[in-house]
Parts: sequence; C-alpha cells; structure tokens
Amino acid sequence: MANKTNKKKKRLIFRSVMLTIMLAAVAFALYSNFTKDKKDILQVGEEAPNFKLETINVEGKETLTLDYFEGKGVMLNFWADYCPPCKEEMPYMQQLYPEYKKKGVEILAVNLDQGELVVENFIETHDLTFPIVQDKSGQVMELYDVGSLPATYFIGPEGEIEHKVIGALTLDKIEGYLQEIKPES
Amino acid sequence: MNKITCECGHVNPEGTVLCEACGKPIEGNQHINGNQPNKLLNMRYDGSARRSQTYNKTFVDKIWNFFSSVKVGVWLIALTLIASAIGTIFPQEANNQSPLPANQYYEQNYGIAGKIYYQLGFHDLYGSWWYMILVASIGISLVIASLDRFVPLYRALKKQKPKRHETFLKRQRIFGQAEQATEEDKKALVQGLKKQRYKVYEQDGHILAEKGRFARWGPYVNHIGLIIFLIGTLLRFVPAMYIDESMWVREGETKQIPGTDRQYYIKNEDFFVETYDKDDPRYQEAIKEQGGSVVKNYQTNAVLYERTDEALPGSEPELKKIKEGAIQVNRPIKVDRFALYQTTYQLDEFKTMTFKLHEKEDSEEKELDTFTVDLVDPKSEYNLDNGIRVKVDSYFPEFEMQNGEPTSVSKYPKNPAFVFNIFTPENPDKPEVSFVGIGANLDPSGENQYKVGLKDFETRDVTGLTITKDLTLPILGLGGLIFMIGVIQGMYWNHRRIWIHPHDEGVWIAGHTNKNWFGIKRDLEKIVDGTNVPMVTDQNELKE
Repeated sequence: MANKTNKKKKRLIFRSVMLTIMLAAVAFALYSNFTKDKKDILQVGEEAPNFKLETINVEGKETLTLDYFEGKGVMLNFWADYCPPCKEEMPYMQQLYPEYKKKGVEILAVNLDQGELVVENFIETHDLTFPIVQDKSGQVMELYDVGSLPATYFIGPEGEIEHKVIGALTLDKIEGYLQEIKPES
Repeated sequence: MNKITCECGHVNPEGTVLCEACGKPIEGNQHINGNQPNKLLNMRYDGSARRSQTYNKTFVDKIWNFFSSVKVGVWLIALTLIASAIGTIFPQEANNQSPLPANQYYEQNYGIAGKIYYQLGFHDLYGSWWYMILVASIGISLVIASLDRFVPLYRALKKQKPKRHETFLKRQRIFGQAEQATEEDKKALVQGLKKQRYKVYEQDGHILAEKGRFARWGPYVNHIGLIIFLIGTLLRFVPAMYIDESMWVREGETKQIPGTDRQYYIKNEDFFVETYDKDDPRYQEAIKEQGGSVVKNYQTNAVLYERTDEALPGSEPELKKIKEGAIQVNRPIKVDRFALYQTTYQLDEFKTMTFKLHEKEDSEEKELDTFTVDLVDPKSEYNLDNGIRVKVDSYFPEFEMQNGEPTSVSKYPKNPAFVFNIFTPENPDKPEVSFVGIGANLDPSGENQYKVGLKDFETRDVTGLTITKDLTLPILGLGGLIFMIGVIQGMYWNHRRIWIHPHDEGVWIAGHTNKNWFGIKRDLEKIVDGTNVPMVTDQNELKE
C-alpha cells in the first residue's frame, strides 16, 4: 500500500511540475508579447541615459551632456519646427525658463536634425534662451525612444525620469511638472 | 486503485482494456474503448491503460486529463483554424497600410463588423491574448496527450507475449482457423514469416511475428518535432534571439543600424534601380507585354562600420570599416548575425539646389552669379560677386501653405522652398525679399531689382533596409526535420503482427496492423502459399 501512495504522490508531483513549466512558458510568451512595445522604452523611474550633443545657442560650449546638469531638474524636450504642437509649447517653456532656472531647473530642447539655419531662425523668432541641442544622427531620439513629437521627459535632480509626456503641454502642466522636479533647497 | 491480475498471470495497471501480456479483454473495462461482446476488438493503444482516463482525483489531475484528451486537442486545433480563417477577412493591422490608428481604421472602413473585429483582437491575431492561449493550449495538449499515450503503449508492446488468449485472437480483424495444419505446415509458416522479414518470437509453441513496430512511435516523434518548433517560436520573444527592424539611409549618409545596440553603422554609397534593356531583342516582347519597364535589380552599395569607442550617444563615434558590398533583393549583407535586406527605396530626393541671380528686367536672364544650397544643412548667408549678399531668411524643406502661412511638414527636402533676403551694396540695410520654391518665384513687394532663379539641382536616393537577426531558425529547422521524420516513420511503415496459436490438432492464425490491411493480407497470402493452411479471412469484410 505504501508503494501505491508513493507512486500516486510521484505522479502528482510529475504532473504539477510539467504543468508549471508549460504554464510558465505560456506566461512568458504572453508577458513578452504585451510588453513588446514597451520593453525598450525608457520607463518612469529609470535613470535618464546620458548623451552628448552639439549645441546651437549656448555660448562658449560646443557640446552638452546631460550629466552637465547633475543635481538640477531637467525638462528634456524633443521638438522640430514642422510640428505645430511643438511650436505651441515653446513660448510657454520660454516664459517659465528664467524663473525656474533660478530654482535649479533646466530646460533642454533637442531638435531633430533640421540644419542649423532652420533652428537658428526659430530661436530668433521665438526669442528662446534655454539651451537647444541638435541630434544630427538621431541617436538620442532612438535612445529615448521618441516616436511622435513633441515628447518631453521630466528628469529629477537625482537623474531619474519622473514623467514622460507625449504630445503638447499647456503652461499649467509644464509648471506643475517643473515644480515636481525642482531640487529641494 | 486495483491492479488487475489476468488469468495468464500478468498484472495490469488499472484501466487496462486488453491484458498487456495475453490480450484477454478485461472484464468491466470494455466500455473504455467501446468494445462490444463478439464484435472485433478496438486495438487502439493496444488496449493499454491510459492513466488520464482513470485517475481524476486532484485539481492537477483534472487539468492534466483535460489536456490529455484527443477530443479536446482536435477542438483546439479546429478553433485555431477557424480563428485564423476569420483573421484573413479584413487586413491585419500590420499590413493595412493606413495612417489611421487601428481603433478608427476598422470601424471606418468596415462599419460595425470592423469594430467587432477590432475589439475581439482579430486585427492583430497573432498578438491577441486568446489566440496565443489557443496555440499554447495546443502545445500543452501535445505534450500531455503524447506522454499519456506513449508510456502505456510502450509498456503494452514491450510486455506482449506470443501466447495470446483465444478471445483476443478470435476478435481480431484478420483471423483464420486451420484445424488440420501439421507440424510441417507450422514450420513452413514460420519460414514464410521470416522470409517476409518478420521478427518471430516463440513461447510454448505459440508464435508472435512482428515487423515495423517502430512505425508506432512516428506520431510521438512528430509531436516532439512540433514541441521543439513551438519552443523556437517562443524564443522569438527573446530580443537576443530575434530582431526585426527597418531603417532609411540616404546616399552619402552613415547611420547606426537599429537593433545592434549602437555597435554597427552603415553608409549608403549608392542606391540604384536597373531595368531590362528595352532594345534587347531577347526581352522586347516580354517588356511590351508587361507595359512600361521591367526592373532587373534594386541595389544598395553599402559600407559597414563597427564602433570602436564608448562614445556617448549623440556624439560622433569612432568607426572602423569592416565590410563593403552590395545589398540586393534576397541577397542581404551580413554582419555578426544580422542580415540587412533591401526592402524599399525612394528615388530623387533633393540634395542641393543651385540658384542664379539676375536682374529682374533682363529678359535674357544673364546670370550675375550662382550659389549652391545644401538642402540638408543650408548656410545662412551666401556672398556673391558684386558685393551682393544673399541671406536665407526661411527654409521650408517640405513646403506647404497652412492657414495662409508657409510651413514645412517634415525635415526632408521633398518640396524645398526659400525666402531669400538680397542685400545689395547700394541698399545694405533694406534687403529685397523673394520667395523661391518648386514652380514658384514670388516678389512680394513687386519692386525687386534682382531675381533668384533655380538653375540646377542634385538629387539623391534613399534606400529602405530591413535588419533581421533570427537565432531561432536552427531550432525551427530541427523541429521541422524531426516532425518530418515522425511523419515518414508513421506513414510509410506499418506495424504488422501475426499470431499463430496451436489449437487442438491445428493452428489459429490472427493478424493485426495499424494500417494498410491490404499489405498484411498480401504477406499472409505468401506465407500460407504451399501449405495446407487456408487463407485467413478479413472479418471486417465478412460483416458486410
């Protein structure tokens, strides 16, 4: 009789193990499928990866790296002048910039390789004073997984991504997010 | 829970229909295979005990038994087939070539049916959770059903004895009685069997002759192949195993190859499309029939580079040339385990434009000077002869009027347009403004002295490449190969068994095969030929 219960137990263990392995495989497939689009995308809470880009309107500096702003909150905005909502939010950013720069928050706008002429003209017409860099090879755009424009990351003083916004921002919203990434002092 | 001891002495597991050793139908279990008294025996799995049908105690057992059922398996396959068929009614999301997002596209194009189609996930069938679960269930059913049948069948075939119960023999489809057969005849039968390449086993004068047993394992080999195949498709979700990306590269441009983690870069040296020569007499007729021109070749001449430094993303990497060659349709260039395929292209995107300056009133348009604008990165000023300075006030790579304002809808120079400010030495503070685009040349003030005209332009082509890396192919190949071996094993060989049973003075002969009854009967005809043993009968045919 002992032999029999033993066998039964063995069978139950075998069946449970087999089912668990197969269910795990199915769960893996389902999970991978549903996170497929998100897998490479930077998630809120992750550290914002560093990069180095040529500047357009920063005097005395040819290139800028993200870690240059260490300890400050950074609003990282990806834009192009052929994108109407990008053009809309630029004046709001400019409006808030001087005040928040004093509070330790930087605004960094990454242009998607439009040639300096176009960008310079744009800066001139809109009187932009926050630093603007150009992503000529599109590498940073890929790194930050920017698909549609505008795309904005709000990075905290510790360097972690606190918010990601795709699409146009209003003045109030920008201000709200800037408040959140302001370093405490 | 009780093991069944047959009268032949063999102890069978619970749920056995026919004794593993002697084949005697076990009383009380005949319903499992639907056997009826005095009818032919159902020889499925040789009447061995399929455990799934006997133990049904715990939750785990219940799930196990659900998947073990062939009926469930067939239903799963049928449902998957039906779902796959429905998935072809409207185009899949990946192929619908529409800029509309899926949640609008299906409703707008196909109405309420399209909406339901989208909501049920048919628009992205392979990615919908229920379809994946269906396919996964087929996989689970394959594993469990195979295990549940393989083990008992293996036991039954291993433990069978040449000495069979008379009931078992009588109720085989092939059965014959030769009451007058002599010892000589029996020897002749055994000789005949051996000649037909049967393996002959003997026990107390009882004979079992068997051939092609390995055909019985065909379906299981086949299932192993399928399972390996499914594992291969599962591994496609692992990014290290499978990559499928695409990229555009302009002529002269060097770009990083997506999916390679910034390791590899490609430069497009040249892209071209070749067509068959219309004047070649060999092709003339075919080309005429086709109408227009017929493309012979799409080709990108590419150089591959590898990054040698750890430069930050965005900065110029240090690159080392590793390969150079042509990418043609179906002839990818390969690096590491990546393959770059020619997939698409765009011809004649503007690269540079050369303008000439002339006096507006000059009907001969005698050029005073020219300047060339790089459309990817235009300079802001061009200094010309005679002290004239042209400043680029605005540049619209893809010009369009929107709400009365000139704008660009992309950064690609597909329809370039400029606003030039022309500063003359006579009027250094008051520039002349002119607007120049494709097929447009405006003087907003109407008082310009000079005019800028398009003199010439250069174009370049853009190649569209697909980057793939697929390490699952060997696994899929192996799965497919094993699958085919299983199919051949099960289809082209048959498991034939013939029993010779001494009875009174003579012998009884019974035969069973899993397929090709004609074949086993032809074997038997040859075996009884030249003996006193009459040809056996096919009891199935007798009935009708």
